[in-house]
Amino acid sequence: MVTIDDYGEYETAWCPGCGNFSILKAVKQALVASQQEPHEVLFVSGIGQAAKAPHYLNANVFNGLHGRSLPVATGAKLANPELTVIVESGDGCNYGEGGNHFLAAMRRNINVTLLVHNNQVYGLTKGQASPTTAEGFVTKAQPEGATSAPLNPIAVAVVMQAGFVARGFSGMIDHLSELIQQAIAHPGFALIDVLQPCVSFNKVNTYAWYKDRCYPLPATYDPTYWEGAMKAAREWGDKIPVGIIYRNDRPSFEKHFPVLSQGPLVGQDVDRVMLKRIMEEYG
Amino acid sequence: MNILIGGEAGQGLVTIGHLLGKALVRSGYFIGVTQGYQSRIRGGHNTFAIRVGVDEVDGPVEAVDLLVALDINTATLYRKDLLSGGLIVIDAALEIAGDRLLRVPFKELAKSRFSNIAALGVVGSLLGLDKGVMARTLSDFFGKKHPQVMEENLRVLEAAFHWCSGQTATVRKLPPVVNPSQRLMLNGNEAIALGSLSAGLKFFAFYPMTPSTSISQNLAGYARQMGLIVEQAEDEIAAINMAIGASFAGVPSMVATSGGGFALMVEGISLAAMTETPLVIVVAQRPGPATGLPTHTGQEDLELVLHAGHGEFPRAIFAPGTVEECFHLTRRALELAERYQGPIFLLTDQFLADSYRAVPSFDVENLAPVRVSTDAVSSEPYLRFAITESGISPRLLPGITEHLVVADSDEHTQDGHITEDLSVRKLMVEKRLKKGEGLRAEVISPDMKGNGNPDLLLVSWGSSKGAVHEAASRMRSNGEKVATLHFSQVWPLVPEQFMGHLQEAGQVISIEGNATGQLARLIRRETGFEIKKKVLRYDGLPFTTESILRELNR
Repeated sequence: MVTIDDYGEYETAWCPGCGNFSILKAVKQALVASQQEPHEVLFVSGIGQAAKAPHYLNANVFNGLHGRSLPVATGAKLANPELTVIVESGDGCNYGEGGNHFLAAMRRNINVTLLVHNNQVYGLTKGQASPTTAEGFVTKAQPEGATSAPLNPIAVAVVMQAGFVARGFSGMIDHLSELIQQAIAHPGFALIDVLQPCVSFNKVNTYAWYKDRCYPLPATYDPTYWEGAMKAAREWGDKIPVGIIYRNDRPSFEKHFPVLSQGPLVGQDVDRVMLKRIMEEYG
Repeated sequence: MNILIGGEAGQGLVTIGHLLGKALVRSGYFIGVTQGYQSRIRGGHNTFAIRVGVDEVDGPVEAVDLLVALDINTATLYRKDLLSGGLIVIDAALEIAGDRLLRVPFKELAKSRFSNIAALGVVGSLLGLDKGVMARTLSDFFGKKHPQVMEENLRVLEAAFHWCSGQTATVRKLPPVVNPSQRLMLNGNEAIALGSLSAGLKFFAFYPMTPSTSISQNLAGYARQMGLIVEQAEDEIAAINMAIGASFAGVPSMVATSGGGFALMVEGISLAAMTETPLVIVVAQRPGPATGLPTHTGQEDLELVLHAGHGEFPRAIFAPGTVEECFHLTRRALELAERYQGPIFLLTDQFLADSYRAVPSFDVENLAPVRVSTDAVSSEPYLRFAITESGISPRLLPGITEHLVVADSDEHTQDGHITEDLSVRKLMVEKRLKKGEGLRAEVISPDMKGNGNPDLLLVSWGSSKGAVHEAASRMRSNGEKVATLHFSQVWPLVPEQFMGHLQEAGQVISIEGNATGQLARLIRRETGFEIKKKVLRYDGLPFTTESILRELNR
């Protein structure tokens, strides 16, 4: 029986009041609810305040480069599909530096859960605009206001027909935890874009700002209806829907590799007789 | 004997070259192929040169015995290289004047789509190859995929042999080989693919880039049979990070690219070093900067590979000089990467990548694959980056035991977690660099050949090995005291292995496929010994024996 204690409690490097604390709590709750042992889980993260999250619980961790978590996660999942692989990093890491990998992961439909801490700003480098920063948002690096239109990650993911697309809010811990459980259980790529306040550098999209706007999708909402999902994905402003926006049952990427039907790649032998036969074709 | 086939892309000259090479190898000859091609699929000017002999052939040469000109351009360009007694095989329909011409009525011998088979038949007949061997080579090549064309192929081959028998023009025939040995016809990239499979490669990621691409395609072709995963990544950055992820999870992993793609991978090199993840990186060089000459050769990226990756960490760089070395050094690279838990490099180039050779079979049934670490760990908690005497820490794999495996690109504590404790930082730097001492103790000595205390010592590395050897042996046969010192591992350099040779020589000359003498500079940096004279080639072509002798005024 896995309990919350198995995932430990650690001192963090985050600012008091940061949305990361709630997300960490939701992650642990979800892992316990999914009855995942810490050694069965691999967290892969990039760089940024969000990317430190895996250091603050017990699990296998690969904390790699800025923007490159998804390729590492893809390689690890292919080598050992028995691992539950969760990528956890921020909006800058996943949508900016790692944008190409974000698109490719959705095309592959690798069975990895991507948890994006989206606070619409760069925290660790002290407040520059991120790919999700609203136009006109003033920072020290964008003193005249951000001039690029913000990326809508949910809409991109729905357009790409990603396997599982959801939005959560750090202020709704139990709701978020439930989303994470479902994402882990989903046999394919799962994105959860988690809205969270940055108490130090985003004075616009505050806890109250999100709390006033975020509402759970009604029970009647059908996430398998793509056209409806596109509409929900574009809803942003006074009302922001949270929940599972879209899902489908595309086969996961790992299913395309016959070698994995024999079990994980890790530990598989080399067929030297076959290799000899292959070599002889060059004779 | 040197056969040069030239023509436009799309004329089937690689097919002729490949089949002729195969027939020669099956008849017991040694071959050495040099391919020249342009960055286009149709038109332009391409060449496929086969040097052939009853003994092992060294590097490429320029002098031509048999010029197979599929277009006028080829005849015009290479006529000057024709040896006395040489012959130009050319389509009778092409207008050309002069002697030593064998004008073949290809139109009469074959329908146009089979004219390359007619050319193959003519060349085979001129060389005195056995028609049966050629027919079998053709059926092995086309039989499986295109049985419907086989009948016509064999008919055209027969017609070509028959036509030739009525001709008086001849070229030097190859001396027959009695009881020919069974050898493989393999190029550098194929040997790398086979070597990696033999070492137990299980994960390979790539983004296509000439001249490395055929490594990827060979591996992709065997993925199902050999149980490995080959993935074309969205870019080179993804490729190297995927390989690192797979290796971290526990399977031998490799990437292959060329200079520009490698430049994108550089941050990943540093990541493999910091997280102590085994990884082999193959860099097939082509001339730069930037896109440079995509389909040509060069040795310009030694310094790039040596210094790639920010921060300080140990590495080893192999530079195979032959196709056989491509096989064995790939195995060694994978084995060292696993043992020393970090990035190991293989530096080749377009010439070697595409150079087919006759090589003896490898004993793949008895060559052991790499053993992926399954260190038993008794201490609790498990420390992935435990400080040890050798710098090598016990490596466990995530998910395989109940121990948690934590790795970080940030500086980290022994258990792998992020730290800014500066005393830990110092210990970790020392631990990582300590592994360099182990790598240094296992360096392959440079290969010294020729006279002791020579008047002239030629220093080279990588794919120029054959051409340099041959240039030296020609000089020796002219009574000169010449030796060669060839590096197949270019990092780490261990001065004790070669300083004596440098100091004993009357004159030392470095021979490199770049414009600045990168190995010579590295030797000076590491030993203080300055190689003053250099023979450098940076026009995109490989060294030939003649080009070296010319530069040396011999």
